[in-house]
Amino acid sequence: MVARARSHDAEVRQLARGALIEAYWRPVYTYLRLQWRLDPDSAADATQDFFVSLIERDLVARYQPDKARFRTYLRVCLDGFAGNQVKAGRRHKRGGHLSVVSLDFVAAEGDLPRFEPGTPADVDDLFYREWTRALLDRALAELRARAEAQGRTVMFEAFALYVLADDESSRPGYAEIARRLGLTTTMVTNYLAQMRREFRAIALDLLRDITGSDDEWESEARRLLGGDW
Amino acid sequence: MTALSDAAVARLRAEAARPELDPRYTLRGVAGRGGAATIYVAHDDVLDRDVAIKVLDLVDADGEAAARMLREAQILAHLDHPGIVPIHERGTLPDGRSFYVMKLVRGRPLDAAAAALPGLAERLALFGRVLETVAFAHAHGVVHRDLTPANILVGAFGEVMVMDWGAACRTDAADARPIVIGTPGFMAPEQEQGDAVDARADVFALGRLLACLTGPDADAAVQAMAQRAAAASPDDRYPSVEAFAADLGRYQRGAAPLAYPDSILRRLRRWYRRYELPVLLVLAYLVMRAALLVWQAR
Repeated sequence: MVARARSHDAEVRQLARGALIEAYWRPVYTYLRLQWRLDPDSAADATQDFFVSLIERDLVARYQPDKARFRTYLRVCLDGFAGNQVKAGRRHKRGGHLSVVSLDFVAAEGDLPRFEPGTPADVDDLFYREWTRALLDRALAELRARAEAQGRTVMFEAFALYVLADDESSRPGYAEIARRLGLTTTMVTNYLAQMRREFRAIALDLLRDITGSDDEWESEARRLLGGDW
Repeated sequence: MTALSDAAVARLRAEAARPELDPRYTLRGVAGRGGAATIYVAHDDVLDRDVAIKVLDLVDADGEAAARMLREAQILAHLDHPGIVPIHERGTLPDGRSFYVMKLVRGRPLDAAAAALPGLAERLALFGRVLETVAFAHAHGVVHRDLTPANILVGAFGEVMVMDWGAACRTDAADARPIVIGTPGFMAPEQEQGDAVDARADVFALGRLLACLTGPDADAAVQAMAQRAAAASPDDRYPSVEAFAADLGRYQRGAAPLAYPDSILRRLRRWYRRYELPVLLVLAYLVMRAALLVWQAR
């Protein structure tokens, strides 16, 4: 997607840019709220302005994969943009250019209290955390859409019950999931294995889309999958 | 849909990484992570034993990592020695990642284990067991290429296990292609430069290991052995691990190692150390005798 966003074909470029905004707007908004401490309205405006600026100044085309990860590049661009905004003490409401993507700032704002209080000292860490959240969110939505389209909703429900509990104590075991969904434990085991495999494949595909090179994808994939379980 | 909580993000990452193994293995946790693979601890429900399972993190497009893991598994299967972890099974997960199952080894890294020993003699004895294991691999045509304190574990009874054969190669023409892989500080210069290596690359790493285990205040003879093993030029090193072990054995028996030949003074000092009590007794006798003669002469 990063490569396509730099394509000479205007249609390809616009589609890729839309996808890029879809992948990054939420981390950008959260970052502006938590790191730059903008109020909700200012953060929403700045998020839109940032992507407009990104497109108008053709910043994606200037990205050099051998210099930095695309995520880091974007974050540095965002810091520069936010710094200028703050310095200028004004907001530019350009609007209209981002009609390809629906940015639900109300939902994003509603999610903020779910995040841990305070701001991590490392700005890269904060941006990475939100970037990961957005990526996995999209992968989960894609998994749900595929499961529903193929009449396998119950498989997704079993997976969602298993992974989406707020804390470990409320997380149901296989037998409990089987009871709630009227399945056997063996069926739950098989469904989870299948969903896990598909989720992994989708997440890695989406990751490939938002990274600038094969090396970057590999390094990001290792970091993404490096968590203990 | 609301955004995922931190707990859900952590769980999804873990689920995406989790290897889908044969149901006979119950995953217990992560034992460690390397550059390209993760080692899991699992229970083999059929044989009722704990095992370690090394799984590649990703399916690489060119298959190089998978080929390297297969080579590592074959090398481990080829080397049947108590100091080398035995392999039980090798396979491919449904998502395409390669894995192999091996004995679960519990122990401390070599440097930590050596630091807990009371003296130089015990540390050298421990190091000698590492030399024996590596010499066995060399005798079977395998060079480890990544010997570091972290890659050598010492069990509760002092047993040595040489781990992580991912960088190993056979010394035959088919597998001896140069590759810059290893750990800085323990990697021989020719290996760092990407030149072809032989068993003397391991001799270099073992020299660095000996220096690491015995410290800068060690006996000059021990330092000399470590320096010879870790000489910059392969030709200046011990020609083999057996030669290194033989020199260490000489030192352990009280003789001079070839890396630190005797002078007359050093030979006298060592002779005195070996026969300290009889020498002192004879000296005391001679002093008393002389004193008696002086007294009688008055």
